Amino acid sequence: MGKTIAQKIFDDHRINSPDSDIQVIRLDAVFCHEITTPPAIVDLERRGKDRVFDPSRIKVVIDHVSPAKDAKTAVQGKILRDWARRHQITDFFDIGQNGVCHALFPEKGFVRPGYTIIMGDSHTCTHGAFGAFAAGVGTTDIEVGILKGVCAFKTPETLRINITGHLADGVFAKDVILSIIQRLGVSGATHKVIEFGGPVVAAMDMESRMTLCNMAIEAGGTCGICAPDRVTADYLWPFIKDAYASVEAAMADFSRYLPDADATYTDILEHDVSSLSPLTTFGYKPDQVCPVHEMAGTPVDQVYIGSCTNGRISDLRIAASILAGRRIHPSVRAIVSPATPEIYKKALAEGLIQIFMDAGVCVTNPTCGACLGMSNGVLAEGEVCASTTNRNFNGRMGKGGMVHLMSPATAAATALSGSIANSPLFSEKGTSEK
Amino acid sequence: MKSFGGEVLFLDRSDINTDEILPARYLTEISREALGPNLLEDLKLEGFDPKADISGKAVIVTRANFGCGSSREHAPWALEVNGIDLVVGESFARIFRQNMYNCGMMAVELPAQTIDHLFLRFAGKKTTASVDMEKHTIVFSADGASETVSFSISGFDRELVAAGGWLEYADAHY
Repeated sequence: MGKTIAQKIFDDHRINSPDSDIQVIRLDAVFCHEITTPPAIVDLERRGKDRVFDPSRIKVVIDHVSPAKDAKTAVQGKILRDWARRHQITDFFDIGQNGVCHALFPEKGFVRPGYTIIMGDSHTCTHGAFGAFAAGVGTTDIEVGILKGVCAFKTPETLRINITGHLADGVFAKDVILSIIQRLGVSGATHKVIEFGGPVVAAMDMESRMTLCNMAIEAGGTCGICAPDRVTADYLWPFIKDAYASVEAAMADFSRYLPDADATYTDILEHDVSSLSPLTTFGYKPDQVCPVHEMAGTPVDQVYIGSCTNGRISDLRIAASILAGRRIHPSVRAIVSPATPEIYKKALAEGLIQIFMDAGVCVTNPTCGACLGMSNGVLAEGEVCASTTNRNFNGRMGKGGMVHLMSPATAAATALSGSIANSPLFSEKGTSEK
Repeated sequence: MKSFGGEVLFLDRSDINTDEILPARYLTEISREALGPNLLEDLKLEGFDPKADISGKAVIVTRANFGCGSSREHAPWALEVNGIDLVVGESFARIFRQNMYNCGMMAVELPAQTIDHLFLRFAGKKTTASVDMEKHTIVFSADGASETVSFSISGFDRELVAAGGWLEYADAHY
């Protein structure tokens, strides 16, 4: 029988199988941030096991609360910083070089097809966009990963989703993944890898694929994954040009991780996006999804554009194209958080930051920010935020706050109107005629 | 082998996420003990009062997909420092479930009809659960009557519980 991408990766990394459906795999990378790794460091010290399996395979960033907002977050940063220094972990990104982990680490070239990656962060599934197996885990898994370079997983079953059709103007990867979460439900992919394929994925750039894979966890998925192709190889080329004679040679090597034509899937879904319109969420679960026009006119207090889902340069370009030459509605406040310093610099060079500031938008430094209500952009009780982030859970952005998830285009349009609105990039008339 | 059991807290809702179990605003704590007072603070469940309802409980019985969302192990830790080390439900989110066993705690899955029955029979009553790790049974008791349900646990999960968690297990095996 043929194999899925995840099965091929597991075959390459298996150490042993301590139980019938459990596999312990070797890790190519352990990613760390300042919220979930410090408790692992403190525990390893307490146990007299303050060691790391391979400092070159550990990548570290301070991103959730940056710069530190109080004494406690300063301590979290200090524990991580001191640990990285004493173990000679050279890929440590401190304040000034730091950005949202799932945007920063791909940008640095740390993710490759066929890699196994864990991080104490549920949106680690983002990195599957490169054809890697990347899973969010808890602190104990991080602790063992740091110490031993291994992690245990159930043998991965794979759900294949073929995304077909043609995306209408103004409809983006964010809308696609919201439609998939709506279809699967918040636990529809639990214990499964979601393999995204089909012509729509093939036509997506890496940033869109990362948006797609980023929210696999919101359907319960262990990892989202896209087959590596020319788009992947081109993105990675600056980092791999010394290892391969040509992009074609890299693609040939990466083809080891293409799924077999007769691969065994638990299910294969055809997901036609031709009639898809921009989507948003209502309620407190990410599968509570509806077309933007059904929520149109809902007043919002804050608009947030950023995060590991939609804080990349293509997201900022789209938002800026809508905000250019305009002012946000006087009844809202808007925040843009470029996800990394590189993205910030590009946005500066392209004049996007000027557009945001002229529109009356607050531009912050790269950080996870408002997404989980830990640092800036927290909502007051009863307030509503139109957000490009990934979770609308009760209290997520502040106790008693409500979050509506949407694409950067919809968020920018909502900032202009002061209430939820479709972007001018999307023609409602166009879809209703179909 | 660690023993499990005690008074039961019934949470009659599916998809309870880890932000509800332990809100992100408390993730700045390094010590597990500091998380204690904030357990289930943001839970959206009518009639539930975290201050009154958690005290003295050792077991949670809930519905489907408990622990979805964020990977924070602070959620199991907040349960643990409140004396709760067993959650019984119809299903669990993968990361939460693994975090429980990684900490030497248990997330036991029972069929939906069994969970339905437990809610019908025991919810709202002062109920205790007693776990037999050899027979793989849980005895639920209230008002002098009791009921025994069987559960299954994989060999690997059982070894994690016996070892006290994944770090102890991994240190001995890898």
